[in-house]
Amino acid sequence: MAERSKKRSRRKKKKERIPRQPMPVRPAEVRNKDFTEVALGFTPELAQKEAQRCIQCANPECIDGCPVAIRIPEFIQLIVDGEFSAAAQKIKETNTLPAVCGRVCPQEEQCEVVCILGKIDEPVAIGRLERFAADYEREQGDVEIPELPPSTGKKVAVVGSGPAGITVAYELLRKGHAVTVYEALHDLGGVLVYGIPEFRLPKAIVADEIDTIKKMGAEIKLNMLIGKTRTVDELLDEDGFDAVFLGVGAGLPWFLNIPGENLNGVSSANEFLTRINLMKAYREEYITPVKVGKKVAVIGAGNVAMDAARSALRVGDEGTEVSIVYRRSREQMPAREEEIHHAEEEGIIFRLLTNPVRILGDDDGYVNGLECIEMELGEPDDSGRARPIPIEGSEHVLDMDTVIVALGTSPRTFISDTTPDLETSKWGNYIVNEETGATSKPGVFAGGDIVTGSATVILAMGAGRDAAKAIDEYLQG
Amino acid sequence: MHKILSKEKLAPKIYRFTVEAPPIASSRKPGQFVVLREFEEGERLPFTIVDSDPEAGTIDLIIQAAGYSTQRLCALDAGDTILDILGPLGKQTDIENYGTVACVGGGVGTAVIYPIVKAMKEAGNYVITLNGARSEDFVILEEELEEVSDELIVTTDDGSYGIEGFGSTVLQKMLEEGREIDFVVAIGPVLMMRAVAEVTRPFDVGTIASLNALMVDGTGMCGGCRVTVGDEVKFACVDGPEFDAHLVDFEEQVAKLGYYHEEEDECRMHKLPHELEQEKA
Ligand SMILES: Cc1cc2nc3c(=O)[nH]c(=O)nc-3n(C[C@H](O)[C@H](O)[C@H](O)COP(=O)(O)OP(=O)(O)OC[C@H]3O[C@@H](n4cnc5c(N)ncnc54)[C@H](O)[C@@H]3O)c2cc1C
Ligand code: FES
Repeated sequence: MAERSKKRSRRKKKKERIPRQPMPVRPAEVRNKDFTEVALGFTPELAQKEAQRCIQCANPECIDGCPVAIRIPEFIQLIVDGEFSAAAQKIKETNTLPAVCGRVCPQEEQCEVVCILGKIDEPVAIGRLERFAADYEREQGDVEIPELPPSTGKKVAVVGSGPAGITVAYELLRKGHAVTVYEALHDLGGVLVYGIPEFRLPKAIVADEIDTIKKMGAEIKLNMLIGKTRTVDELLDEDGFDAVFLGVGAGLPWFLNIPGENLNGVSSANEFLTRINLMKAYREEYITPVKVGKKVAVIGAGNVAMDAARSALRVGDEGTEVSIVYRRSREQMPAREEEIHHAEEEGIIFRLLTNPVRILGDDDGYVNGLECIEMELGEPDDSGRARPIPIEGSEHVLDMDTVIVALGTSPRTFISDTTPDLETSKWGNYIVNEETGATSKPGVFAGGDIVTGSATVILAMGAGRDAAKAIDEYLQG
Repeated sequence: MHKILSKEKLAPKIYRFTVEAPPIASSRKPGQFVVLREFEEGERLPFTIVDSDPEAGTIDLIIQAAGYSTQRLCALDAGDTILDILGPLGKQTDIENYGTVACVGGGVGTAVIYPIVKAMKEAGNYVITLNGARSEDFVILEEELEEVSDELIVTTDDGSYGIEGFGSTVLQKMLEEGREIDFVVAIGPVLMMRAVAEVTRPFDVGTIASLNALMVDGTGMCGGCRVTVGDEVKFACVDGPEFDAHLVDFEEQVAKLGYYHEEEDECRMHKLPHELEQEKA
């Protein structure tokens, strides 16, 4: 009898395995009218419950899945133990921007996809825990600034203050080198401040995390467009820098190359999002205008497209209809599942297998329609995704007054135009040694979107870490 | 923060500012511009660098009070500051010895054209400057232009000063009379630049126009400054601001400049800082 009940209770215990804790979010019909953050974050109770799910593998694969190799099981154990700030500090040993990464990283493709629990159940919500720990530490106000070694006397110029540049600055400061960050815009953060919207990544949190490098003594020079205000050669030859890191991103927006793309009411997602995020056009007291009509088409289906669509819904008047127009099918949309899901919940319309061929305008030059053709899926193309093929005779006009193009970006040429010995690919990306980020020009390193094309925050940070290590060696060598 | 060192009134609502901006002062070339943001809540706006003094580390900007933001700027005085100035942006003017160059400036476009006139003269050109304004009160930079031009012709729309009419008409007459003109630079309101382009087209005289496109970042990141030039789409902040006037789609520019008119009207309802102070007092 005793034997049997023991067995039953063991079986029962197994059934009571803690499920993956869902992220609390604000209701879709409330949040789609404002820019306050959508996801609310774990409470300490939820976080500990989720943290207990981690089985503390002896050979954790999640660490290899993380581009900056966060000691994941260790920080999760600290959460289990209630040592929340210590958990945050553990993460920061390898990740400078945990509150940012906890919010925007595609964990489902990185650390969480290899989590052993995922094979039998759902993986540990590593991203949500990362966010929790970082938020907790920040909200407690006990953010620790790493101790700095004595100065090495070496000076490094970091160009661009996106995730790549910030990471390099942090790592080099920690090694005792002097760092000056040059940023073209009037704020630090790159895409984190001008691209990703407030409701997904609050700017105060970005500013807080970036503040660390200021506290560590980085010199910040805003409104400096390298290649125009100063050149890379001037930084090296006249301004006394021993090395330069280029983390300038891929900022040049692609357009459609279809008739009508210059009509009033057509903009790039970069312009639309910059007006809203960097220039804060959604706030009454800010002067920069932004506008959408009653019917908005966002072309593309990546994270940028989702951000633009959800922002359009928020700045538009009551009743504004926002569609994603995409030539492939839902399975092939490059955006994160979570973003697609949030967009759907908020009322974004998805017009899939629909390819824009022409933007129509009225006599005054304003958009009044989007001509599209229906597509069907054929054989896989070079990217491995089924190739969309136009269905003859399926042309139709969608009633639209605003078109936002979110098809991707490519490098700008201010630096390559003025730095003749910097080798670039035919698309303008800088060519580097993959392990070190070293470019063809001695003392000049690069990483992030400028090397890879538009990628992710964490890949840019990973590249930054590698480059910082190589720069440190270069400076000692 | 950039300190305003001096301010001078050139005409009603048109002011010249000398502002501290050492790195820009030492790297700018004629034809280039800055994007500035006066205060935290302000917009980013482009202005041509009219002149610079690398030694003093200053640049000169000429600003006409039109919308809310420029009215605010024009209410600033020496000693006040501008929060952000980014530059120099855009391509420099192709300054060469063309022979005889006609520079047609209209309105504040005259301010934009001044550094080009100066540079064209320095490059050895015979420079004819056509300085157009609405009326006598609005004529700006007459003395400065006189100094750097071989010929200066002032026109006013109402005939209150100089020749009555437009610079484009004067230019047309010169070309019809067989004056040898090798190159033309037109800077001013879009419709004026289009008129100049139409005047020079039949005579096949190379002509450039400087476009005052709407801009946000000024660094090629937003594409808000798109311009159709021939069958290509260009970004005015990176590829411009000057383009072949015979290829620019001016109609498109007219439409684009009107896009935010409603918002600008709304913006005018914001009170200027000195108005707010007066109210408080
Ligand atoms: C709307 C949007 C949403 C996104 N969502 C996600 C997401 O959810 N998750 C994710 O992981 N990734 C996302 N990404 C991608 C991610 O933001 C980028 O991959 C990442 O920011 C690249 O970092 P970076 O440091 O290489 O460059 P950037 O962040 O682009 O920063 C480059 C910086 O350099 C500055 N700069 C450029 N040229 C110069 C110069 N000549 N002189 C001085 N400064 C210069 C720029 O102004 C900019 O501030 C998104 C991107 C966008 C646009
Ligand atoms: S102003 Fe943004 S690209 Fe030219």
